[in-house]
Amino acid sequence: MSRLQVVSGKGGTGKTTVAAALALALATEGKRTLLVEVEGRQGIAQLFETEALPYEERKIAVAPGGGEVYALAIDPELALLDYLQMFYKLGGAGRALKKLGAIDFATTIAPGLRDVLLTGKACEAVRRKEKSGRFAYDYVVMDAPPTGRITRFLNVNDEVAGLAKIGPIHNQAQAVMRVLKSPETEVHLVTLLEEMPVQETADGIAELRATRLPVGRIIVNMVRPEVLDADELEFARAVPRTAVARSLSTAGLGGARRGGNAERLVAPLLTQAEEYAERYALEHEQRGALGELSLPLHELPLLAEGLDLAGLYELATELRQQGIS
Amino acid sequence: MTPDPAHTHDAHDAHDAHDAHDAHRAIIAPRPLALDPLIDDPETRIVVCCGAGGVGKTTTAAALGLRAAERGRKVVVLTIDPARRLAQSMGIDSLDNTPRRVKGIEGDGELHAMMLDMKRTFDEIVEAHADPDRASAILNNPFYQSLSAGFAGTQEYMAMEKLGQLRARDEWDLIVVDTPPSRSALDFLDAPKRLGSFLDGKLIRVLLAPAKVGGRAGMKFLNVGMSMMTGALGKLLGGQLLKDVQTFVAAMDSMFGGFRTRADATYKLLQAPGTAFLVVAAPERDALREAAYFVERLAAEDMPLAGLVLNRVHGSGAAQLSAERALAAAENLDEPRIVDQMNGKAVRNSPETYGSSESPATIDAQADPPGAEADSAGTQDGSPAPDRTVEQLTAGLLRLHAERMRLLSREQRTRDRFTALHPEVAVAEVAALPGDVHDLAGLRDIGGRLATVRPELPTSDD
Repeated sequence: MSRLQVVSGKGGTGKTTVAAALALALATEGKRTLLVEVEGRQGIAQLFETEALPYEERKIAVAPGGGEVYALAIDPELALLDYLQMFYKLGGAGRALKKLGAIDFATTIAPGLRDVLLTGKACEAVRRKEKSGRFAYDYVVMDAPPTGRITRFLNVNDEVAGLAKIGPIHNQAQAVMRVLKSPETEVHLVTLLEEMPVQETADGIAELRATRLPVGRIIVNMVRPEVLDADELEFARAVPRTAVARSLSTAGLGGARRGGNAERLVAPLLTQAEEYAERYALEHEQRGALGELSLPLHELPLLAEGLDLAGLYELATELRQQGIS
Repeated sequence: MTPDPAHTHDAHDAHDAHDAHDAHRAIIAPRPLALDPLIDDPETRIVVCCGAGGVGKTTTAAALGLRAAERGRKVVVLTIDPARRLAQSMGIDSLDNTPRRVKGIEGDGELHAMMLDMKRTFDEIVEAHADPDRASAILNNPFYQSLSAGFAGTQEYMAMEKLGQLRARDEWDLIVVDTPPSRSALDFLDAPKRLGSFLDGKLIRVLLAPAKVGGRAGMKFLNVGMSMMTGALGKLLGGQLLKDVQTFVAAMDSMFGGFRTRADATYKLLQAPGTAFLVVAAPERDALREAAYFVERLAAEDMPLAGLVLNRVHGSGAAQLSAERALAAAENLDEPRIVDQMNGKAVRNSPETYGSSESPATIDAQADPPGAEADSAGTQDGSPAPDRTVEQLTAGLLRLHAERMRLLSREQRTRDRFTALHPEVAVAEVAALPGDVHDLAGLRDIGGRLATVRPELPTSDD
């Protein structure tokens, strides 16, 4: 299992949730994981129901079995100041730089510098060791930008190394790239069983492979339970409505006669079955498309009661059972 | 005699109490958003669709554009990064940065569509504002090349730039614009200013000629800071890059003032009375949270918000039957199977779906009202026993319905939270479709759903 786990996915597929569940799942007995956020959304804090995360690593959860999950929301401005401090001992001048807009310039506009700092910080955490020689974190899980931007985001170091041909940024970018393109890194893509996210996943994988970034697993999120199977759906198309009405009546839902409470349920229930059948067919097709990508595939259930902290632990357990850790 | 559904709510345990949202729905029902009057109004010239990623923003923009065109207006839809099938459905899979007329529009109106090519847009600005020599110096500068190929903020800036250009051409009655899938949905408001003020700003001038700024009396302190900063930046980025930036800036000199002015003009355009913002969301927690931020931000910036488009809302024709009663009834139908297990096919999660059978167990546990067995026996006494397979199917239909009702109440809760925060925002709900849009007919259908002002859902008596 690679030590840097990058989680991307189309917007709306729940990549932050999956990243958090993965961080929990990897924090098995005595292990320590760091969950890193790079988009400044404070999604992790919301997920773990804590206040907004500052720019520092802090423990946010204890995994079942005693592992620990730390979280860090990387602020590119502060990361740059940190960085300058480390290399140039700027002291108060750092604040002056900030005042003049140099930091804003450097993080927002200077080509890709922002992304270099974000990936750089994550890579630093991957490599960091304690005095004892043990790694500070067994795993670093990054809640990364969405599929449409992930290749550019991770590859920006290459681009920057090409632009800034010498100097510490150049060296930094190259060092980061060595980690990202090594077996130490895996990029996972989160998707739903819907056409657009699956298409985007396929495109994303092609892009990542073209730039030789290591693709890990596909995680299908929010999979709905199979309530009716193919045979039953076929039967639902042919079943006499009166028979269903009688059955509903038997179940205690009122009269089966025309206009009776049970009878009035038949049409809407069969309509819902038709909609389900359509979705069932689509999902089947999308599963097939994902299968063709020949990558390890995991499925996480849709949580009926919506996502809360308990649900997050449930997803983590699911990932462990599926052998991800 | 069936018990009144409204009353069965009372019988549930504490866990389900918050599901009984019907009671307060009437108090905070949002205002319906009527979209036809908005797109028909000749005063409406720009509609901006914004919101979190993955909520159907682009589809909404396209469907709205099509509807406006078929209602007689001359429309252009500016999409940023459409899914392939959606682009194909409008016949714009060639990315050439100019609006193309969409074929197959019904009625007198016209629909044009385009996909933004941000690099091309940036190049065009340069070409339009610099003489050929200078333009080619800029276009060949490595710093310019990476800036224009899409580092943070460029796409947003260029989307707004393109919007300004389309508006200035004044060829269309209505421009519908999609917003880029940004880090934050708000980036397109901020990025143009940021990029504009960077390209025009003090910092750039300092990089060019530090002495000029520092020469004035009283600016000495600033000068020290600045030369140190150029030094630091030089060290940090490497001399070559800083030189590229400086050359770029020198070549762009003729356009200075231009960028910020343009950014300001676009910003004002967004505030103008002819502009309407639509915040697009799905009834999910994150999407609606982002929508709420957006609503607040638009208000702070004096940007005119038309309302919220809520995509993928589920409904049910059998809403009178609660999830709990449906599950209890399904349980009743399952009961005899214990005795008579001819066809023991499981109607629930097959293990291969996601390797766990936990969910059905919890569902069953919740759906086990006392006396279910007695009821079942009582009903069966008088009537002839129906076919086992029909009963199994019926139980499945009821479980499916229970799942739908749970989804409905979850969506309702998230929506209620939004409405409680922003009761002033009008809402248009669009029913969920099972599949994706592949053609104009599909877009037309969504347009129809968008424009349908849903009558208030029936509320319970209590």
